[in-house]
Amino acid sequence: MTSIDTAGLKRMFDAIAVAIEADKDRLCQLDGVIGDADHGIAMALGFGAVRDALAPLDLAATEPTALLNTAAKSFLNAVGASSGPLYATAFMRAAAAAKGKATLADADFIALFQAMAQGIKDRGKAEIGEKTMVDVWLPAAQAAAAAHAAGKTLSEILAAALEAAEGGAEATKGMIAAKGRSSRLGERSLGHMDPGAASAVTVIGAIRKSLP
Amino acid sequence: MQTKKIINDGNRTVDEMLEGILAAHPRHLTSAEGSPRSIIARDGPRPGKVGLVIGGGSGHEPTFLGFVGKGLADAAAIGNVFASPPPDPILECAKAASGGAGVLFMYGNYAGDVMNFDMAAEMAAMDDIEVRTVLTTDDVASAPRDQRQKRRGVAGNFFIFKAAGAACDRMLSFDECERIARKANDHTFTMGVALSPCSLPQTRRPNFEIGPDEMEIGMGIHGEPGIARGKLKTADEITDEMLDKILDEMASARGDKVAVLVNSLGSTPLMELYIMNRRVKHRLDDIGVSVHATWVGNYCTSLEMAGASVTLVHLDAELQTMLDHPCDCAMFRAG
Repeated sequence: MTSIDTAGLKRMFDAIAVAIEADKDRLCQLDGVIGDADHGIAMALGFGAVRDALAPLDLAATEPTALLNTAAKSFLNAVGASSGPLYATAFMRAAAAAKGKATLADADFIALFQAMAQGIKDRGKAEIGEKTMVDVWLPAAQAAAAAHAAGKTLSEILAAALEAAEGGAEATKGMIAAKGRSSRLGERSLGHMDPGAASAVTVIGAIRKSLP
Repeated sequence: MQTKKIINDGNRTVDEMLEGILAAHPRHLTSAEGSPRSIIARDGPRPGKVGLVIGGGSGHEPTFLGFVGKGLADAAAIGNVFASPPPDPILECAKAASGGAGVLFMYGNYAGDVMNFDMAAEMAAMDDIEVRTVLTTDDVASAPRDQRQKRRGVAGNFFIFKAAGAACDRMLSFDECERIARKANDHTFTMGVALSPCSLPQTRRPNFEIGPDEMEIGMGIHGEPGIARGKLKTADEITDEMLDKILDEMASARGDKVAVLVNSLGSTPLMELYIMNRRVKHRLDDIGVSVHATWVGNYCTSLEMAGASVTLVHLDAELQTMLDHPCDCAMFRAG
């Protein structure tokens, strides 16, 4: 049983910012094929703004909920676009899930992770199979919950989530986009990975790496 | 190889552009206190008038901020390049535009814009500002006819905003302004063609690939793939291909009237636009449709993309009155 405190969450966001920055060009290229080529820029801008907003926080005096709300607001105001409301909603739901807790046990973190996935789904009104980041976040959250129910460690739980995430992103290649800009392409979106799904894998990968 | 641009810092382009625009147009434009991405008409909002807030990503200038002014939009929320603005600057626009009679949000139909403007509308409701939304969906190439609500908003924005802004300026009721905005959208049809890509200031790389002798019909204003790619044709052939689809949807009768917009996507020069307009006029003459007004130039661009779009608005007496209504904006004047 691990427990994640505010400092742990900040390390998680810092790790996501590093991973997304390193992945920026690949994400823009993926988006160039079926969209407008700016997804890597938006994601790097958003998580860079989160890192900058969290840096001055007094972590000893900040609860997880406050940190997550700060992350939501800074991401949203830096980005706009589609990813802004989607990830901001994810972090706000995570903040609500963590309310009143000074540290997060495994079960708390799984609940937070599921709240993020559900928030993205609700805000974007997307379902599984519509070639969006939902095709990564929902299977990842389900795999995390299943691994937790099976008594796995947090590290194993996040490994399972990442594996499901990668499978979900790969599966978007075989989907016809039904949401977002690429939905106007119809069958021409086939064969290409959704850039939002690809970046979600990067985010989940960084979460896994940064947590014990 | 990176594209050539006259910029200082790829991450500062929008803010530096806005600084330059406010310096050039102090008589027309200002920004909301503490919200530099909320551009407000100096002589627009007033008590009892329905407010009109438009907005979207940068890179389409003079859309959106060029159409802020008396008789047109009261405010525009400005996003990063090709990215919707977040809710906060939209909310500040709504506050500035509100005259107590309701605020119309009008913008192109893109998933990101819808989410951010909807969040702003929810926040405005908490400030007792009633917001209604009319999405523009004029790009006939972006979805089939029976899925009009899924189409993108492109250069035809110009006419739709103009009609709605006139209705607001004439102090019509919230219901009437909304009805006229929706009608203008239903009567507006646009089709574009792209010849070469644009590049985002942050990447300075072409945002799609296209052969040196190719064109793509129906491409979106952010480089979204269109409906057909082929060898570059003549101006008349290209214009015909676009008009065939527009006229088919518009279903006009002899004696009907239209307004025409021939718009550059950025780097296509006026010479080529006027050659296209010549063909538009011939085609309309052939079917007995008269041209009430024509605009030719840069109205909704896509950075330095080469290409053009043709928009027709199928006019009735009401829409004609709205288009003729005077307006005075930083980058557009009528009447």
